[in-house]
Amino acid sequence: MTEHEHIRLPEGSIEKTTTTLNLGPTHPATHGVMQNILELDGERVVSTEQTIGYIHRAFEKLAERRPLAQITTLTDRLNYCSSPINNMGWHLTCEKLLGVKTPKRVDYLRVIIMELARISDHLICNSIVGVDAGAYTGFLYVMQYRELIYEIYEEVCGARLTTNIGRIGGFERNFNDIAFQKLEKFLKEYPRVLKEFENLFQRNRIFMERTMGTGAISAERALNYGFTGPNLRAAGVDYDVRVHTPYSSYEDFQFNIPVGTTGDNYDRWLVREKEMWESLSILEQAYQKVQEFKGTEADVYHADVPEYYLPEKADVYTKMEALIYHFKIIMGETEIPAGEVYNSVEGGNGELGFYLVSDGGRTPYRLHFRRPCFVYYQAFEELIKGSMLSDAIMTMSSLNLIAGELDA
Amino acid sequence: MALTNETIKARLTEKFGDQLTAFDEPYGMLTFEAPKELNLKVLNFLYDDEELRFRFLTDLTGVHYPDKKGHELAVVYHLHNMTDNVRLRFKVYTDINKPDIYTATGLFSAANWMERETYDFLGVNFVGHPNLKRILNVEEMDYFPLRKEFPLEDQTRIDKDDEMFGRG
Repeated sequence: MTEHEHIRLPEGSIEKTTTTLNLGPTHPATHGVMQNILELDGERVVSTEQTIGYIHRAFEKLAERRPLAQITTLTDRLNYCSSPINNMGWHLTCEKLLGVKTPKRVDYLRVIIMELARISDHLICNSIVGVDAGAYTGFLYVMQYRELIYEIYEEVCGARLTTNIGRIGGFERNFNDIAFQKLEKFLKEYPRVLKEFENLFQRNRIFMERTMGTGAISAERALNYGFTGPNLRAAGVDYDVRVHTPYSSYEDFQFNIPVGTTGDNYDRWLVREKEMWESLSILEQAYQKVQEFKGTEADVYHADVPEYYLPEKADVYTKMEALIYHFKIIMGETEIPAGEVYNSVEGGNGELGFYLVSDGGRTPYRLHFRRPCFVYYQAFEELIKGSMLSDAIMTMSSLNLIAGELDA
Repeated sequence: MALTNETIKARLTEKFGDQLTAFDEPYGMLTFEAPKELNLKVLNFLYDDEELRFRFLTDLTGVHYPDKKGHELAVVYHLHNMTDNVRLRFKVYTDINKPDIYTATGLFSAANWMERETYDFLGVNFVGHPNLKRILNVEEMDYFPLRKEFPLEDQTRIDKDDEMFGRG
């Protein structure tokens, strides 16, 4: 037996001039469970194959066995950096199917929660881009303000990450004073912090050199790839679901849609940064509008949909009707009207769509999530072809890939 | 002039005659059904037509209707005309025993993974797809889990040893 007989190399591996590199599924630079099989020529990327599905949880199948209210918890786990937007998107889809009209105050409260979620989402993405470029300070610094946002969620719904916030028709309870105080604190302190964060990166020579011109995509290709959200806007297309198909009374607010030109990592970063400023402005407007409700109007936090909105516990013990609705909702025994509906909201990463098919049963017949991450991650190979390995990592984080949203 | 559902419907009927059926407008979105051989022709027409300009593929997915014999699988396209901000949805049906449908990857790069997902979960065979393999499920899987004949596990079953999962 010769010495080499035990070493069995794959066919053609001796003559090969490129290197295969396995990036992921558990690699600190991927920020999530996803695998990239990169073919490298020196440090240049020749080709890549993405493998996803490591945290696939069969949400679409699970949803076929659950009544509407129980599906909210599934949507939490899509883009877990901005769960409230997913929750609200789901409630809005149900409300569209059921024909529920929500009061203005509920709409504005929802806008507050959604814009807070958008800020926390963009904050994570932008600071992580910084971390991948070697700047940890920004990331650690802004974490305290994400914490503050999470505390506001906590006051409203009791949870922080997987929020399950809101119900069909509104909120489970009214916002308390502490929630508003924390919101005021956030509005007062955050602009200064964001400015400081911006100063750290925006005109930082190292950061600019690392991000400009890498991972670029043209507007035409981005549209063809189904890009939405900040990644599409960075390429110069001013498409925003909040403006094109306003939901939750977004038409009452004044805000700009920041757009980029080149669609590279730097532009994506800038668009997210500017969007945080716009979100802040929306938050201020929304808070002002909420304060204008006085007296009994200020106690409105849900629409009148007894068949889907849980009654007060005190009523359940004393009133027959409330008891019946309570039982039917908890046991999931309410028949949903038959129909097909597609509804979308502007999530942290783009158009988050829900395609709900109901055949008149108690659970959806079919539910499909249009996850923006899943749609645009397929462009990754095109984005990084010919670039350096380190740029590929920056591109991955600036696309804001969230494994939960990729895999559903 | 804004593009209305009536205009789209008129343009489509003008081009395809009575081959497109079941026009409807649930919740304001124009929907219709097309024969499966025509899916690419319809997509191309909607894309190229100077008036219609449906050039953004929002979503592509499938639905399984076991009761519709001969038309068990539906592939659902959601298209968006971003210039006029109009959306539409159309479906093509196929026999589950011969689930061949032309791929839309030539027209939309976005269709690549969406079709892989639809194949993965419902077993629709997209003819001409460059890389039609499973995407979210394991490659060894030999069934299509979103078909209706695969129920979720019965929560009340007693024949299973749950000790390792803390439920025993």
